[in-house]
Parts: sequence; C-alpha cells; structure tokens
Amino acid sequence: MSTPATEAPTTEADEAAVRKAIYSTARPPKARPVSAALTFGWRGMLKVKHVPEQLLDVTITPVMFVLMFTYLFGGAVAGSTGAYLDYILPGILVMSVLFTTVYSGVALNTDLTKGVVDRFRSLPIWRPAPLVGSLLGDSVRYLVAGTVIIVLGVALGYRPEAGVVGVLAALALVVVFAFGLSWVFTTLGLLLRTPNAVMNAGFMGIFPLTFLSNVFVDPATLPAALEAFVNVNPISILANASRGLMEGTASAADIGIVFATAAVLTAVFAPLTTRLYRRG
Amino acid sequence: MTSQSPLAIEATGLVKIFGDTRAVDGVDLAVRTGSVYGVLGPNGAGKTTTIRMLATLIRPDGGSARVLGHDIVREQDAVRSAVSLTGQLASVDEDLTGRENLILLGRLLGLRRGAAKTRAAELLQAFGLAEAAGKLVKNYSGGMRRRLDIAASIVVTPRLMFLDEPTTGLDPRSRNQVWGIIRALVAEGTTILLCTQYLEEADQLADGIAVIDHGKVIAEGTPGQLKASVGTGALHVRLLDPEQRPQAAELLGAALGVVHLEPDLAALSVQCADAGRAAEAVAELSRSGISIADFSLGQPSLDEVFLALTGHPADDDSEQRPDAIQEEQPA
Repeated sequence: MSTPATEAPTTEADEAAVRKAIYSTARPPKARPVSAALTFGWRGMLKVKHVPEQLLDVTITPVMFVLMFTYLFGGAVAGSTGAYLDYILPGILVMSVLFTTVYSGVALNTDLTKGVVDRFRSLPIWRPAPLVGSLLGDSVRYLVAGTVIIVLGVALGYRPEAGVVGVLAALALVVVFAFGLSWVFTTLGLLLRTPNAVMNAGFMGIFPLTFLSNVFVDPATLPAALEAFVNVNPISILANASRGLMEGTASAADIGIVFATAAVLTAVFAPLTTRLYRRG
Repeated sequence: MTSQSPLAIEATGLVKIFGDTRAVDGVDLAVRTGSVYGVLGPNGAGKTTTIRMLATLIRPDGGSARVLGHDIVREQDAVRSAVSLTGQLASVDEDLTGRENLILLGRLLGLRRGAAKTRAAELLQAFGLAEAAGKLVKNYSGGMRRRLDIAASIVVTPRLMFLDEPTTGLDPRSRNQVWGIIRALVAEGTTILLCTQYLEEADQLADGIAVIDHGKVIAEGTPGQLKASVGTGALHVRLLDPEQRPQAAELLGAALGVVHLEPDLAALSVQCADAGRAAEAVAELSRSGISIADFSLGQPSLDEVFLALTGHPADDDSEQRPDAIQEEQPA
C-alpha cells in the first residue's frame, strides 16, 4: 500500500490535509473480540518479522537439548543413543515448548514499561484481547520450537509409529497445554517488577517440575516417594500423552487430563491476568 | 449517541492516592464541548493522574466524573468509545513501523483491513510521515513520534482527546507543527483536554485553564482572567549590554517600583499598568545612555501567574514529586 503517486511525500504535517483527515472518518462498529485478539497476534508476528533473532531461543535451544541429551546421556540411561532418542524426543518436545512459555510472561512485563499499553488499555475492545492475542502469537513460537525438534529427531533416526498424523497430534496437544500454562507466567509477568524477576521466578518453577517428570527417565527407576510425585506431575502426563500419540498408543485418559489441566489453568489465570492488566 | 451536554467533562472532587501521597486531591473540572481546556502545572502536580482517571486507565479513590455524559467508573466502555489518549510516554509501538502502528489501531477500532490501510496512508501523508512510513518507530525523531502519536489518536476521530504534554522535549519547529495539528482538531469540533507544564502552550491553545499544584486546582479561568487575577501588567525591558542592568534596575525601580531580574542577564521587568508612566521610564533609560534591545508592556505571563499563585516557579523540580514515578509502575 503506497501513498498516492500524485502527492509528493512530505516531511511536515500539512494542516489542510490534517483537517481533511479528521472529518473524513465515521466511527465503524466495534471490532469483534476474535478480530481484536487476532490483530494483537498479528502485532506479535510483526515483531518477529522485524527482529527475527527473537526466534533464536526457540530454534537453537531445542537443537542443543536434543543433541546433548541424546548423545551425552543416551548410552548411560537407555543403553544406546537410538533407544534413548525414541524415549526422549517427545519429552524434549514437551520441555522445550514449556520453557518457551516463560518468555510470554517476560515479554508482557517488558511491554508494560511502554506507553503503547496505555493506548491499548484505553481502547473500546474486548478486555482480554491484547493478552489472548499475544499468546496466540506466542503459540506460533511454540509451534516453531516443536517443529525444529521433530525435524531434527527424524534426521537423527527417530521414526514414530503413528507417523505424520501422530506427530502433528502430539505437537498440537503440547501447544494447547503450553497456551494454558503461559497464563501462569503472564500473571507472574504482571505481578513482578522486572523482566529478570519474571524469568527467574518462572524457571525456578518450570525447571524442577520438568526434571521431576518422566521427560528424561523412566519413573520406575526412581525412589518410591519421588516416583509417586512424578506420576501425578501434569508434565509427566503430557509427556506420556505425547509419546502415546506419536507411537499410536495414547490413552484417552491422559489426553483428557492434559486438556483439563490446560482448561483449569486458563480458567484461573486468564481472568487474573486480565484483571491485573486492566488495573495498570 | 448521548444528548449533547454543553460539558464534555464534569469532574467533582476527584481523588487518587498512591501510598501516602495524595497525587490528586479533590479536583473539580468543567470542560465545555468543543473547547481546548488546559491543565497547567509542574511535574508531579497530578496532571497525568487526572488524565488517566478520566481516560478510565485508573480508578479514582474518591469523587466522580462524567466524560461526554458517561460515568468514568460505571460506563468505561462508553467513555473509551468516544475518547482517545496521547500519553506522556509516546503511546505508539516502537518495535513496529509507523504504518503498522496505524493499521493496528485501525483494525482494533473496527476498520476492515482495506479501510485500515487506506486510513493509515491518508494519515501518514497528512502528518508528513509518508517517507518514514516503513521505518521502525524507534528510529523516529521526537517530533515524528509525536505526530504519529497524534495520528494514531485520530485513526477514528474521537469526540474528546486527552493530550498529555504533547510537546515536551520537542524543538520549536516540531512544537509549532503539533500546535497546528491541535488547532486543526479543534476547528473540526474535537474537544481537547491538554495537560502541559508549558505556560506558553496553554496560553497559545487553551480557552480555559486550570492551574494545578500538589493535586489541587489552585486557580481556574480563561488565560486573560488568570492574568488579570494576578493584578497589573508588567513592563519588560531587554538591554543590549547586560553590564548596564544594575543601572537600569535602579532607574526603573525609582520610577515604577519593585524590579524583577529575569534569568536572561540582559532582561528585567517591573509591575506597571500605566502605559504613559512606562513610556516615560523607558525614555528615561534611553536618556541615561542605556541601550535598549527591546521592550514591551503587557499582561503578566502565565509564568508570573504561576509564581503569584503558588509561591514557587512553574519549573521548580527541586521538591520531591513522588507521583510522577509511581504512576508508571504497573501494580
């Protein structure tokens, strides 16, 4: 969309044109909630377009995890790197995507220091739209992270039983869970004062929770108390469900629990985030 | 939409407390529809907090206000649908281009994709930003950013616009451009609440002014009334040679009364309402061999008004001003 060719671009405000621009609009009907949220999602995409380096954390880090865990621990944990890859790839998918959710809180906290948030807050739009929209945008980042891992896994010899459909289903499940979980971090992002504090608090939570799951090791090898915890950890259930979907052995119960957890997290933390965001 | 009340803003006893600071402490405002109303005060006087309450960004702790007939607490959406805000921090997204900013707002305000693009192009052209349309806003100059900010506020023309210090930090040329834009808005019927710490700005643009200090309105009226309430006008004299100022001060003091030495080392002023006596005093200076660069007899400036009303100059930042910082914090 270019400016009309007949008018030379100027670098000064033109008062007559300003006056014309002022009275030439009628107020359109309010934006629909979905359209407002998608517009905020588009804003997130534009930022990635302008600063593509933002995608480094969702591409390089997962690659590092896959290579490191497969070749460093594979022999020791599962007897061979190939056998461990089958076990760990769905787990790495879960871990990488969940780690990425912390950045949603960090990004929101950073956004709040900018004047544009005042404008968003003063618009007559569906109240959660800026938050839902930016998480929708972040979901694209989750998808990128997930895709990188799966492609790399296949390149290293991972051959999931359930094929492309199973892999896509697992990826979708992880992204849905991540969307729910990211509301926890957006709440943190509004409660804590600095982006760094959000990052630290976020990883202090997600890091132990991820390691105390079945992402890396078979829980049967753990002490009983730990095993009990690991088995009820929602991250274990998510990892089980993802493995199941990729291998074609998923249990409906696991998938149901994953959806339910995501729904509960959203139901609790989305309104909380929205309220904190409005309060300013 | 609403019955056309003659008042665009009616605020009664607005209060906002941050911690133990009463940032806004019982502010009453009555702003006529179609006017430019200036809220004048130093940093931290409570101007921004007042605007943020009226724009529904924060809830008042006391008092009430109606904006375009809608209660700012109970009818937030109705208020938001009719106003727009240009904040003290530029309210545009620095990580997007100018064009993307305007399209984003157009979409959020309900324009279809095509209409939003057309509107963005029209505004960029009108505001002299067509060349910079594709550049990231973080690379814009202060003046460009302000113009984009105001353009963003009229993507859909609001009935009432809040402008919070629209020219702070701008060079004189950019400032004049922003003033031109504001005048154009008013000419097209938009009511404007203008917060400023620049007395000249309020004088230039506003029909009515509230002077605010420590969260309270300490004076209200037209610029003329405010000046008149402080008393007489003043004779301003600027000398060619600052060295001669003591001598000039002595002569003017003897002829007219207490002399005020201006920050400009060559300038001085003295209260005087009588043009005849002022002319005689100037002639006297001239006869005594003092070279005068220029002189003027006028109503007191708003700077003088502020000093007379508050006992401290308007640009006095030395006192602690806590709310300016607190307002920026999210929680």
